[in-house]
Amino acid sequence: MSAILELTNLRKHYATQKAVDDISFSIEQGSIFGLLGPNGAGKTTLLRMITGIFYPDSGHIQFDGKTFDPLNDIIKIGYMPEERGLYKKMKIGEQAMYLAQLKGLSKAEAMHKIKFWFKKLEMESWWNKKVEDLSKGMSQKLQFVTTVLHEPKLIILDEPFSGLDPLNANLIKEEIYGLAKRGSTVIFSTHRMEQVEEICDHIVLVNLGKKILDGTVHNIKQQFKENKFSIKLNELPGTLSAPAFNIMNVNNNELTLQINEGFKSNDILTHFLNNQCTIESFHEILPTLNEIFISQVEGTHATARAFQKIDN
Amino acid sequence: MNKILIIIQREYLSRVMNKRFLLTTILTPLIMVGFIAGAAFLASTDKELHKIAVIDQNGFFKGNLRNASDIEFEFPTDVDTSNYSKKGFTDIIIIPKFEGTAKAEYIIRSKKRIGLSLESKIEDRINDAIEDQMLQQAGIDRAQLDSIKSSSQFAEMKSLEESGDSVKESSAALSYGIGFGSGMLIYITMFIYGAMVMRGVMEEKTNRIAEVMISSAKPFQLMMGKIIGIGAVGLTQFFVWILLIFGIIAASQFFIPQDVLQQVAELQKANAQMGPGASMAQAGETAQKLYKFQNTMSTANWPLIIGCFIFYFLGGYLFYASLFAAVGSVVNEDPQDAQSLMLPITMPIIFSFIIMSRAVEDPSTSMATWASIIPFSSPMVMMARIAYGVPGTVPYWQLAASMLTLIGSFLLTTWLSGKVYRTGILMYGKKVGWKEIGKWAFRKN
Repeated sequence: MSAILELTNLRKHYATQKAVDDISFSIEQGSIFGLLGPNGAGKTTLLRMITGIFYPDSGHIQFDGKTFDPLNDIIKIGYMPEERGLYKKMKIGEQAMYLAQLKGLSKAEAMHKIKFWFKKLEMESWWNKKVEDLSKGMSQKLQFVTTVLHEPKLIILDEPFSGLDPLNANLIKEEIYGLAKRGSTVIFSTHRMEQVEEICDHIVLVNLGKKILDGTVHNIKQQFKENKFSIKLNELPGTLSAPAFNIMNVNNNELTLQINEGFKSNDILTHFLNNQCTIESFHEILPTLNEIFISQVEGTHATARAFQKIDN
Repeated sequence: MNKILIIIQREYLSRVMNKRFLLTTILTPLIMVGFIAGAAFLASTDKELHKIAVIDQNGFFKGNLRNASDIEFEFPTDVDTSNYSKKGFTDIIIIPKFEGTAKAEYIIRSKKRIGLSLESKIEDRINDAIEDQMLQQAGIDRAQLDSIKSSSQFAEMKSLEESGDSVKESSAALSYGIGFGSGMLIYITMFIYGAMVMRGVMEEKTNRIAEVMISSAKPFQLMMGKIIGIGAVGLTQFFVWILLIFGIIAASQFFIPQDVLQQVAELQKANAQMGPGASMAQAGETAQKLYKFQNTMSTANWPLIIGCFIFYFLGGYLFYASLFAAVGSVVNEDPQDAQSLMLPITMPIIFSFIIMSRAVEDPSTSMATWASIIPFSSPMVMMARIAYGVPGTVPYWQLAASMLTLIGSFLLTTWLSGKVYRTGILMYGKKVGWKEIGKWAFRKN
């Protein structure tokens, strides 16, 4: 598969901080990509450069095989910023129509697509309501529809589930999968790691304006695994210790073990089998993204980064 | 469709298709006319009759004090300050004995305070009566004097303006009216529509829609779309008002009797041949007034004035609206910031208004000339001067210089404001000072 977006050595410096400092990565067409990072890591600045709102100080953005041209390419991008907003006094139908036309759809096309999406997300009765009459979750749904209406090649969602109840969050999640299946690429920016783990194929973690992790969720978990296993026996044997592993934790008949250097998981099983134990379950413990995130970001003073003086 | 057109369309329609817009546009002039008519009606009907007892120690006022619609003089003999109200009088005047020609204080007592205009009216009446008395003593007949006074008013000013070979009739009063009216209109609209632009930008910022919009359209398109859309709203409002005025004028034609119109037509014909002198006397009073009105109105160069008005309205609006947009983009949620940031923009507008109100009285001072070329004040001040005639009062070169500077300046302010807007609209939670705004405006790229 080809990359829809390729960032090379992107930089954007503000007066008081290096918001984005030499970041490069690429995103495969049709994938769901997670852009992670603590607050103030530079995610929003990065997204604003990808959406053409900001120009990078230096670096290169390749979009859909060509150098990114904000003027013409933004109609192929749908961006739902974290700070959402709609015209409060405008009717919902007209609002969707307006945003669709700005994305280059003709009136007839826009009408057709709005009707399709409104039907799909059960919003048909909203047409003549005003935005100020909507609840937060409802306007979130409307915002999502206006973002994906023109079937953009690249969809950028900044915290798309905040404010949604689990039911509506699932509805939107299904739509995100559907869009990816139909060939759209989704960039998903959040600090809710469990959602990332569930949805994303590929993630990049940024901190202090720099990329610190880049890879598929599977690979990253492998990379950070600590060779921990959990084994459940029907009865604990007399001797627990063995050269192959260290015991981390004992909870009734369930053990958490860490394999020592030079041994394999089979050595654990062999040990307990030799001790005549009945093994009820055995599985590897991979770190959650949450743990990886915390271990990578902790201690970097990320939260206190703003307002530092820098000298370039 | 071009994005800027889509934005203009929304900005325009969302305001014009609003019930409030229709109501204010149609009702404002009607309410204004209604207020004036209502005030006039009240002033004419709501008058309390003052029955005034006159205690005259000289004895010649009786029969010489003329009554008015709201004043009735009586000369009872059994009334004094202690019992006048019991006898049914509202006020009592005590006139002292004359002593030579020295001014004397006349005392008027009343239970209720009398107004300033009534007081001076009573004073006039008494002085009239004294004047009559004096004329009589000098052997002059009052009626004779009046007839001489009224028939001696021969001089009627008619100013002619020379421009090259042709001589044109002009009217200072009309020029004053047009100049002040159009200057005032530009002043008001600059505030109304400028503030509308600013509020629109602030709405986009505080509602956080700016970022959504800017990922669809360029900030400059967004800003220009808003400015042009609201400008179009302003033009629409003017257009409706002009239609209303013409409608009222056309409707009022039906109430003018046919023979009056005919006399007016005859006067016009006579004027074309040799001047209205002879037939003027034959025509009725209304016809004369109407003819004079039409004649005065025709002295103004209406196409030029209306054309210039539209140009200066748009030019001034574009000049200031982009500045208002820039301020709106910088303001955070706090409306008080808007107040202080607006001040440097509203001050020149108010100053221009002051200069305009001087220029309309004397359009050729160097102050007026310069102010009509400098773009901060030119929209208002130039309109005040144009009413006095081009190229008589305003030479062509001044008009051209004024127009070109205005165009150049609004391009400049729009360009600079666009840069401030681009940065400001996405900047939250930070209070921005003028120094920083200046940095944004003059930054490259």
